[in-house]
Amino acid sequence: MSAPLHVIRPAERRWIPDFAELWAFRDLMIALGRRDVTLRYRQTVLGVIWVVLQPMIAGGIFSVIFGRVAKLESGAQSYFLFAYAGFVAWSGFANALTRAAASVLGQGNLVTKVFFPRLVLPISALFSTMVDFLVGLASLSVLLVVMKPPFHLQMLTLPFWVALLFALGLGVGTVAAALSVRFRDVQHALPVIVQLLLYASPVAYATAVVPEAIRGWFLLNPLTGALDGFRWAVLGTVAPSAASIAITVAGAILALIFGASIFARFERQIADVI
Amino acid sequence: MSSSVPAISIRGLSKSYRIGLENAATTFREALIRKATLAREPDTTVLWALRDVSLDVARGETVGIIGRNGAGKSTLLKLISRITWPTEGEIRLYGRIGSLLEVGTGFHPELTGRENIYLNGTILGMRRHEIARRFDEIVAFAELDRFLDTPVKRYSSGMYVRLAFAVAAHLDPEILVVDEVLAVGDAAFQRKCLGKMGEVAREQGRAVLFVSHNMLAITSLCRRAVLIEGGRVTEDAAAGSVVQSYLNSLEPIAAVSLADRSDRRGSGALRFESITVRNVTLGGGLVRSGDDIEIDLAYRSAQPTLRNVHVDMVIHGPFDEQLAQLSNTAQRGVFDRVDGTGVFRCRVPRLPLEGGAYRITCYSEVDSDVADWVIHAATLNVEPGDYFGTGRSNFEGQGHFLVAHEWTAGR
Repeated sequence: MSAPLHVIRPAERRWIPDFAELWAFRDLMIALGRRDVTLRYRQTVLGVIWVVLQPMIAGGIFSVIFGRVAKLESGAQSYFLFAYAGFVAWSGFANALTRAAASVLGQGNLVTKVFFPRLVLPISALFSTMVDFLVGLASLSVLLVVMKPPFHLQMLTLPFWVALLFALGLGVGTVAAALSVRFRDVQHALPVIVQLLLYASPVAYATAVVPEAIRGWFLLNPLTGALDGFRWAVLGTVAPSAASIAITVAGAILALIFGASIFARFERQIADVI
Repeated sequence: MSSSVPAISIRGLSKSYRIGLENAATTFREALIRKATLAREPDTTVLWALRDVSLDVARGETVGIIGRNGAGKSTLLKLISRITWPTEGEIRLYGRIGSLLEVGTGFHPELTGRENIYLNGTILGMRRHEIARRFDEIVAFAELDRFLDTPVKRYSSGMYVRLAFAVAAHLDPEILVVDEVLAVGDAAFQRKCLGKMGEVAREQGRAVLFVSHNMLAITSLCRRAVLIEGGRVTEDAAAGSVVQSYLNSLEPIAAVSLADRSDRRGSGALRFESITVRNVTLGGGLVRSGDDIEIDLAYRSAQPTLRNVHVDMVIHGPFDEQLAQLSNTAQRGVFDRVDGTGVFRCRVPRLPLEGGAYRITCYSEVDSDVADWVIHAATLNVEPGDYFGTGRSNFEGQGHFLVAHEWTAGR
């Protein structure tokens, strides 16, 4: 008698996902990601327009309120460009978070009818976020070409900051996805938290305008380093400090580890509770 | 094909659910309060969906799983499919497993047939290159090549089901688990799928676990069947005998009492008390196409005898359409004289109704005066059966009546 391929026993409490199994389901991850992207962009014109319109509107509003009304310094060539770039970066994080968070509850019928490592869901949700982000980035580069800010060599560091933003969003979103199955109020609390984070992070304003007294606390937000780094790379604004970068990198790594662990802990209960 | 090569081996498998859990701690606030007050788990009832199940299935075997709703059949399939985890016990799977618990899982209406084939195939566990390799076969099986690039929201339900089955039929696992999915789809295509499944099991030495309420599908497809009752395996033997004892175990439909119905019309010269349906062929309460059945209408009146009594039943279809009337006046003439309290018995030989749910309205007149009239007095659940006596099932959804007929061909 040959050895069984699978032995199914009562679920043990575990904190580490089965990465080998996850890798075996990479085709599913891609297929689900492809589906999301196809559905988003099927009515092509609308899909793209929304992705570009959002930072346009946000950039416009932020530059009026923070630039004109509050007369804050951005350190960039124009407040609009500054806010626009900030919002593109922010959307990368916020979309990664919210789509990962909604991925499990939103696909309850898959979870109760087919086996696959559930971690496939939040990860595959990242695909459409990436495509949206690339569209946003493309619109940002059009703005850059038109407005001609000086070219910086640090633009080459862009992927690093983007990766940090995605990692933070995916990590936190994965925790939320796992918890939202057991605690339904997570999905109601999340939009509020994301909205708060938007104003608690340097999206609409520069880190430099934050009063010295609370700047230390401000830098503890791992988003600060990533957002500042992103704009430093694109617009040549003030670079984040080494400490700030270290906090961001640590935060991103912790978010991913924490997300994977919490998810692994709850994964096997999902089909029973959903 | 040696039958001793194991495919599935299950030992002492149990699964419990805590009822009330989902209502009890689904918000953080409540969970925190419970932690803070050191309260014990709230009053939850433990429900054993499956209890101490052991089962071995060998390669090349097709095993039917039967039992009433809620007996634990679906839980067993979900455990084998690794959708949920057992509370106790162990399952060993000797090979890749493919589960078909639903038709077209993950199908998206906005995506085209082609896109859905890839999506659904991957969801069912196929690798992308496997789907690509078998793509033409799948399309040919579904007979939908002209609509490949049409969004499936424009498909008819028949086309949708055909596409979904075509993908599923090309799964290549060593172990295939199929839940009640053959209840949909058109007859010809169902037969094609059943044929394909049987072929898969016999010729390629796969193991198939097959849950169905369609006893004919079970007996025609499976040599062995397992009966699950109350979460336990109560019988594991040749399909024919397990099906028979399942049918026997179904109690006669408890008489539907009509005594308390107030939504009735008529003078009350007589009143229907209850309806009881009995399968004379099987000797139980299961109503099946092609079997002889008897319907008893118990009645009561204030008189010692009644004269000139008309009685009939109308059978309604799913849209409340009147399908047929069973009337004593038409069949034999009114009853000249009956006891004041008794039973009207209506015998229907070789029940010509398709599988499905029908409603019955009871009506009576005494001396040409409406005596009692109860609309939708009872529901008649008809199981599909072997009406034609050929060992073939009639398929649901192809009309309401089975008509005795004969085909010939000539020139």
